[in-house]
Amino acid sequence: MLESLYWVIRRDLTIALRRRSDIFTTLIFFMIVVSLFPLGIGPEPDTLRLIAPGVVWVGALLASMLALEQLFSADHRDGTLEQMLLTPQPLAPLVIGKVVAHWLVSGLPLVLISPLLGLQYDLPWEGLRALIISLLLGTPTLSLIGAIGAALTLGLRSGGVLLALLVLPLYVPVLIFGAGAVEATLSGLGGDAHLRMLAAILVASLVLAPLAIAAALRVATD
Amino acid sequence: MHNGHSEPNLKIAGLSCVRGDRVLFSDLSFSLATGELLHLKGRNGSGKTTLLRALAGLMLPESGEILWCGEDIRRMREEYSRHLLYLGHLNGIKGDLSAVENLRVSAILNGHRLSESRAWEVLGEIGLQGHEDLPSKHLSQGQKRRVALARLLISPARIWILDEPFTALDVAAVELLQAVISRHIEHQGIAIVTTHQEVAILSEHTRTLSLGHDHA
Amino acid sequence: MASGFVNWFKFSSPATFYPVARTIGRSAAVIAVILIAIGLYMSFFVAPTDYKQGEGYRIIFVHVPASWMSMFIYVVMAIWAALGLIFNTRLSAMMAQSLAPTGAIFAFLSLWTGSFWGKPMWGTWWVWDARITSELLLFFLYLGYMALRSAFDDPRRGDRASAILLLVGVVNVPIIYYSVQWWNTLHQGATIKLGEESTMDDTMLIAMLIMTLGFWAYSIAVAMMRLRNVILERERSAGWVRQMAGEGL
Repeated sequence: MLESLYWVIRRDLTIALRRRSDIFTTLIFFMIVVSLFPLGIGPEPDTLRLIAPGVVWVGALLASMLALEQLFSADHRDGTLEQMLLTPQPLAPLVIGKVVAHWLVSGLPLVLISPLLGLQYDLPWEGLRALIISLLLGTPTLSLIGAIGAALTLGLRSGGVLLALLVLPLYVPVLIFGAGAVEATLSGLGGDAHLRMLAAILVASLVLAPLAIAAALRVATD
Repeated sequence: MHNGHSEPNLKIAGLSCVRGDRVLFSDLSFSLATGELLHLKGRNGSGKTTLLRALAGLMLPESGEILWCGEDIRRMREEYSRHLLYLGHLNGIKGDLSAVENLRVSAILNGHRLSESRAWEVLGEIGLQGHEDLPSKHLSQGQKRRVALARLLISPARIWILDEPFTALDVAAVELLQAVISRHIEHQGIAIVTTHQEVAILSEHTRTLSLGHDHA
Repeated sequence: MASGFVNWFKFSSPATFYPVARTIGRSAAVIAVILIAIGLYMSFFVAPTDYKQGEGYRIIFVHVPASWMSMFIYVVMAIWAALGLIFNTRLSAMMAQSLAPTGAIFAFLSLWTGSFWGKPMWGTWWVWDARITSELLLFFLYLGYMALRSAFDDPRRGDRASAILLLVGVVNVPIIYYSVQWWNTLHQGATIKLGEESTMDDTMLIAMLIMTLGFWAYSIAVAMMRLRNVILERERSAGWVRQMAGEGL
């Protein structure tokens, strides 16, 4: 079982690396969205510092949602999804493999680039650190929850917009605790409690989301 | 496990499938023992693919049950999948991976390891010499189908469900596939096949089932 | 299986339930009219004026029951969804489908009345209060459910997909509510809370309860009417519907 998990991750990463442009599209989207806010709000450093956690987090949220559509659709089109559903092993671990691979190419790059964007907003060092840790704990949850939406809307005509409608309300707790962690750190309260909540949500969704994703994929191929 | 059945069989009882408003087929019953091949016939839209997908456990039938060795396949999904090889309209291969990679990943997911050298060997057997490590997206339709069919050569599965396996294949490949299916039946396998081409898929063990309301 | 289940499952067939739905729906409609009439009378004429908020507070007699119903209906829908997934009964999914618009309307009503109350109290139409924000997210969850439901051409697949979404949603609702609460306390939320009176007069409480029961009956009534339509639409090719249509019933 672990072996197939490993192979699913390896396969998806190989494919992702052979078509690198997809990775960069998500990343560039993230950078553009975050860079737009100062243009809309004004370059006042105090204001920017104030809105930085929320802006970066909302940007990460939108970027990771944008990448979701690709998660199962290619597999659905070429029939490998069907084959995955017919393997003689539980589907949930394989699904985790797919989500992990997806996060490594769509979520992790966002985490890695976030300090640069934080600097644009004049965040101090502790703020940057909290931002990285919160994104590191939060974006996998976004991928897991988002994968449920991606599986539910697989093959539907209005898939993309519908996906946003389904997934964004469910992202709210992650956004609140993620951006909250950075804010609390900046205000000197300490963001540990927020980070612990993010970790708890991550563990819970790691256990529960694959079941929902697997069930949704079975409906999608029906 | 076998509930008193002397040998494994696939039993379909009162199966109905509905798509939207349309009843594709209803109250379909038949059973297949090992060493039997079912040739499924019917016009376009008569529900052949739907039936195959239901038999593979991909589709939830409206009513009725599908029993493998006397047990409902929905209650033994993983166990049933171990005995099953399904090849649908889609080849189930990744365009960005080579034929070798595709075959090896597919083997692993089906629970058996396939060494790289064996993968090369099998692909050579199915007539893909010289194309083994090209990205599959550069292969022709027929070659892609061959990559998918290579799974037949390495699969230990008892039940083969093949949806139009002969499409896009050239004469040589059709002959090869016919031989592979015959061998599977001789080795006490079960095969359920749809095809438009009138290929002689052999033998006294072939049974046919016609779906749809034929006015012939 | 025990034979005791047989009778119970008989009603899970749409054909058997169709006439039952009419009886339940009509009775519930009568009860709803009576209760809401009594409830409104009490909330406007019997309940005393609030010493702090004046007459404007009376909107809570609609607001609070509507909020309760919107949450309650979502949970009920999730229960139907779970039953539908487990027992593969069509009627369960139809129940969830019939309840959804009512739940969404209650969520909207709660937001609307909340904003009407907010204008005189806080001087603004919208306040990012924890409850109102949660209610807004619940409203979005309803919209998401209905959008997903209607995106499927095949109703059976739509049933299963939207049931999964409901279950995911119902697990998330408490987390969303809790996180919004957390967020709100961190950002110094409003001090006066809608529907959280320190001195709740007995008549106020009774009026609110009667309104809640009235809304409850209303929900059952409209859900049953909608259910009958859903059943007819989805079973239109079934023999019993054709027969009934032929007889002009």
